[in-house]
Amino acid sequence: MAGMKKPEFDVPELREIPVIPPIAIDAMAHSKPFVAKAEHQKPLGFPGELVDDWQDRAISKMDELLGKYRSLQVFMDACVKCGACTDKCHYYLGTADPKNMPVARQDLMRSVYRRYFTFAGKHFPGLVGATDLTEEVVEDWYRYYHQCSECRRCSVYCPYGIDTAEITMAGREILASIGVGQKYANEIIAKVYKIGNNLGLPGPALADTLESLEEEVEEDTGVAVKYPLDQEGADILLVAPSADFFAEPHVDGLIGYGKVFHQAGTSWTLSSHASEAANFGIFIGNYENMKQVAMRVREAAQSLGVKRIVVGECGHAWRVAYSFWNSLIGPFDFLDESFPIPQHICEFTYGLLQRGALRINKEENDDKVVTFHDSCNVSRGSRMGDKPGGQFTIPREIIKAACNNFVDMAPETTLEHTFCCGGGGGLLTDDLVELRVKGALPRMEALKQVVDESGVTHMAAICAICKSQFTKVLPYYGLGMDMIVSVHQLLGDALELGTEE
Amino acid sequence: MILSALFSVLFCAAFVVLVVGVVRRTLIYKKTPSPLVIPTTPAPTTRAGVAGRMFREVVFFESLFKGSKWSWLFGWLFHFGMLVVLIRHLRYFTEPVWGWVALMQWLGIYAGMAMLLGLLGLLVRRTAVDRLRYISAPSDYLMLILLIAIAGTGLLMKYVWHTDVMALKAFVMGMMYFQWQPLPADPLLLLHLLLVIVLMFVFPISKLLHAPGIFFSPTRNMTDNPREARHVTAWPAQDVKTAEATRS
Repeated sequence: MAGMKKPEFDVPELREIPVIPPIAIDAMAHSKPFVAKAEHQKPLGFPGELVDDWQDRAISKMDELLGKYRSLQVFMDACVKCGACTDKCHYYLGTADPKNMPVARQDLMRSVYRRYFTFAGKHFPGLVGATDLTEEVVEDWYRYYHQCSECRRCSVYCPYGIDTAEITMAGREILASIGVGQKYANEIIAKVYKIGNNLGLPGPALADTLESLEEEVEEDTGVAVKYPLDQEGADILLVAPSADFFAEPHVDGLIGYGKVFHQAGTSWTLSSHASEAANFGIFIGNYENMKQVAMRVREAAQSLGVKRIVVGECGHAWRVAYSFWNSLIGPFDFLDESFPIPQHICEFTYGLLQRGALRINKEENDDKVVTFHDSCNVSRGSRMGDKPGGQFTIPREIIKAACNNFVDMAPETTLEHTFCCGGGGGLLTDDLVELRVKGALPRMEALKQVVDESGVTHMAAICAICKSQFTKVLPYYGLGMDMIVSVHQLLGDALELGTEE
Repeated sequence: MILSALFSVLFCAAFVVLVVGVVRRTLIYKKTPSPLVIPTTPAPTTRAGVAGRMFREVVFFESLFKGSKWSWLFGWLFHFGMLVVLIRHLRYFTEPVWGWVALMQWLGIYAGMAMLLGLLGLLVRRTAVDRLRYISAPSDYLMLILLIAIAGTGLLMKYVWHTDVMALKAFVMGMMYFQWQPLPADPLLLLHLLLVIVLMFVFPISKLLHAPGIFFSPTRNMTDNPREARHVTAWPAQDVKTAEATRS
């Protein structure tokens, strides 16, 4: 148990009135994730170790990316150092390391950009803060581009919409291309290519897992809810994060999806070929890998002959699916285009709720006071429903339909202002525990407030990474690890399956 | 006369550098693709909605208002003060002076003060807050000092050491039609003009590129409709074609 062990770092105190910390230079300079080995790099098309001419390769990669991404080019030029973002990053608020201020994180790359690509930086480097790409700079990139969860919170407040996530992605892509990739993310992508999901769960094991899930649900409810795998001709292909197959509390969400499909009488299936909604290609900023990971979903949908694709509770996966799939693996003219493609499981469930197609006994959840954690990629990188902001209302409507007691956290910490859980963006690894615990501080403070003031007992989320991260960090702050639940767990628990004819 | 010639040449050169530099930069932004749909959501789902978002961003600094009330206040005072001041200066470039420009001359004075106040506020913020000191390069302070000096010399000419505005206008009009007229040799005026020339030269090679940049910022100018409309741009499409060609 993580919480039982005495941590090797100071866990921040939860304050009643959070204040912006004064800067503490190099406070997190020791934090960096394990570097990818050759076996994690090569399947992704990256060199196995640091290349000899890394400096030239890095600069030419930067040149290439500046030409490929308007975001990067504009963001490198446009910043005026107004400081509006400096107190917006959860990692800055939790660590006080000034290089975790979004603008300072960007400047790690911007100073190099200015040196090699601008008139002012070439001729007056000292004046405009331009620097050569030295070994120290590359080390700083590796440290601090792995202290950003690509959550886009800073981009909400920037007068030019500068999104540090775009710069972090470019930074990681340049690092990987000179042979300095991150082990956690790259190992996982390699596993997806080899086995089909992040957890390395092979098809037969998956079938076993789903079978025992069916037994468990039948034992609990007396109803034979099915969790089909590779069922050709099903209407819906459900693509869920692989954590949903066995991690707690994720699996209770999967149980919930199955119950919803069951009560709606919809034919659906999971796929062993695309047994993973997550797409870590976005985290490492690499278009080709993101596309290759996504392509499995198109292939599975085509070979199973489904009409619709529904995506389970997973934050970055939903951003990739909603915002990028159509560009990456579309067009989807082989699916039933009268439904949104892809559709979020919450959109699917919400549609049923609106039609009154679900029988719910809210009293099943009367032992809980529930709040909702808006996941960053869903909130600031996607949408649900047909109106902007549907990504906020739809999950809340589902929770409210299943629970009598719902309380929102402070408005400056929810909706588009939501704080990252601290473990997103490819940082959900044990070699970054200190960063994850400290980065969770702003969310923990907001949660503690509703726990104290409104007696909140549970926090629901629709992201596999958020759920894993909170399970890990809640105990560090004296809160129970089982506070975190899936939205579809709350609904699944309240569904009246037994009365079904 | 040498002074007039020198300032005329500098002004024309600065103008060319400003226009060519900004246009060149803008063309680079325009030609660089944005291969994925990345608006910061919630975002408008229609082009008209995006135009509205951009309008609010450019005119009201909507995001900055969410981010930092002090930066917003000082930044807005500075920018819109400067806009009115620039409009007020049109009287030096038009003959006869346009009616609406003549009508708002009085406002321009207050705008000049607002501009100066905003700039001083931004400078205080930059020096007083530890986070801002950390992210500031010398150029960030110099840019503020340059603008403060421009506003300050302008206001000083209005209130303390007047200059011969009729002669100045004759010089400016002469420059526009390539008929050189003498420039009044007031040190304050020469300093004011020199600083403006420096600003024009610096514009296309500095963070002042935020002005054209905002219109090309994908997180602000993209429509949130990726499911309804398939977004495809040149480079990934081309890369795919090249890859297919090499395979076959």
